[in-house]
Amino acid sequence: MTMFSVRNLSLRFGGVQAIADLSFEVAQGEVFAIIGPNGAGKTSVLNVITRVFDPSAGSVHFEGRDITQLARHRVVNAGIARTFQNIELFEGGTVLENLLLGRHRFGHGNFFAQWLWTPGVRAAEAASQAAVEQVIELLDLAPHRKSPVAGLPYGVRKVVELARALAARPRLLLLDEPSSGLNPEETRDLAFWIDDIQNDLGVTVIMVEHDMSLVSEAADRVLCMNLGQRLALGTPAEVQSNPAVIAAYLGA
Amino acid sequence: MTTVIQLTINGMAIGAIYALVALGLVLTYKATEVLNFIHGDLLMASSFIGWGLIVVLKWPFWLAVLATVAIAMVFSWVLDARVMRLIVGQPQFAGVMLTIGIAFTLRGLVSMSFGPESRNYPTPWTNQKTQLGGVVIADLSLVIVATALLVTLALFWFLRRTTLGVAIQAASQNQLAAFLSGIRVKRLTSLVWALTGGIAALCGLLLAPTALVDISLWFVMIKALAAVVLGGFGSIPGAILGGLLLGVIEQFAGVYLPDGYKDAVAYLVLIGVLVLWPRGLLGDAHGRRV
Repeated sequence: MTMFSVRNLSLRFGGVQAIADLSFEVAQGEVFAIIGPNGAGKTSVLNVITRVFDPSAGSVHFEGRDITQLARHRVVNAGIARTFQNIELFEGGTVLENLLLGRHRFGHGNFFAQWLWTPGVRAAEAASQAAVEQVIELLDLAPHRKSPVAGLPYGVRKVVELARALAARPRLLLLDEPSSGLNPEETRDLAFWIDDIQNDLGVTVIMVEHDMSLVSEAADRVLCMNLGQRLALGTPAEVQSNPAVIAAYLGA
Repeated sequence: MTTVIQLTINGMAIGAIYALVALGLVLTYKATEVLNFIHGDLLMASSFIGWGLIVVLKWPFWLAVLATVAIAMVFSWVLDARVMRLIVGQPQFAGVMLTIGIAFTLRGLVSMSFGPESRNYPTPWTNQKTQLGGVVIADLSLVIVATALLVTLALFWFLRRTTLGVAIQAASQNQLAAFLSGIRVKRLTSLVWALTGGIAALCGLLLAPTALVDISLWFVMIKALAAVVLGGFGSIPGAILGGLLLGVIEQFAGVYLPDGYKDAVAYLVLIGVLVLWPRGLLGDAHGRRV
């Protein structure tokens, strides 16, 4: 069943065509990878979906609803969360605080109740704490719970970002190069987590990724982009053996 | 001994104003990275508006205070939503130049519509004094300190406890991540402007009864800027500490040092502190903005 689709999407910055008439569909529960050489427009696709950029043409549909013109702050409420290629954390906070901010979309009582710290507000706050603890356990972040994110190693910061996205309880998770900057061991953990996210949490995943071993392991289907266009679409094995894909990567 | 206590209390009163003005500056700076030079002139304009409402229109004092604060808040909100938003993404000096320009315009408008002469308005505390163990304190000073304390505590609680306050902090640290966590960043920015505008109005209304309603009231902004730097740029507790210190130092310098040192001493201390602690008294360890 199609959960998410991009239809005839184009994005143009002046003379640069970042995305050109791109269409694809993602099924419920699928892990969908987008690969392609640098500058192929992969991250731009994620940025259009999360409304960082306005597309020049085309539309984006999620759960039967057109989200092309959604306000940027409503994306997460629609059920879509993401991570970034260059980690975007709240640098002044701890791991726990960052994850709790991921829960912002869930109400925590009204303004005046919060001033008074009423039982209702405390209960909502406790519920968010519990939800965040589940994510912390899933992603093995317990040792860093109280650490300020600014001082954490790169690999852990990437996991914190993933955890914050999961704390928002998305139905669609967008990962932008989740393995970049990770060592082989961390990348292996990541493959397991993506598997957990897909199978245990039932979250659909779209990930932009360069590491082909991770893509082969985690993804159900792969879209290869080049110069903003669709080059190939299929299972990891099919796409990897596609002559056009090999040519694009080797620059032939 | 009584003189020392007397001077300290008077210094705290004026320092509390510096601290509040500094707090407004730091809040806007942290939330929007704009050093808001309109702050001082909004404070001055508010004292004129307060005078107009109390003396000319004969409104009750409290109603006039509420109305003035509301006017300043709406003005600041609109300023952010309609004007400051135009230069988002421009270099920092663009914001500085724009606010300086608006500040001068505001000053000109006040001067044209009210005239340049100083004036005053009565408050419920004018000419009232309280005796505390041999020390005589003007009630106005007590009200100033109490208001500053209340506003600071309310702000602290607001930023710590409410979703809105936490969202403001989040947006000031990472706008993109804030947007995609579901935070209405633009609206919050305007809210911060409105809040600081309201604080400026309150400061103007508190300062005017002791310093007269005058165009030169905007000058308190320069002192507040010194307080911000003294405390460590971008630190809220630092701004408060810096403001209080500056106020007390000025009072003592006015009495114990030769004429003319009163205004200079604060800056001498500032230079001294910056030589010893280049980041200010409570500055962040590195250039992080929180």
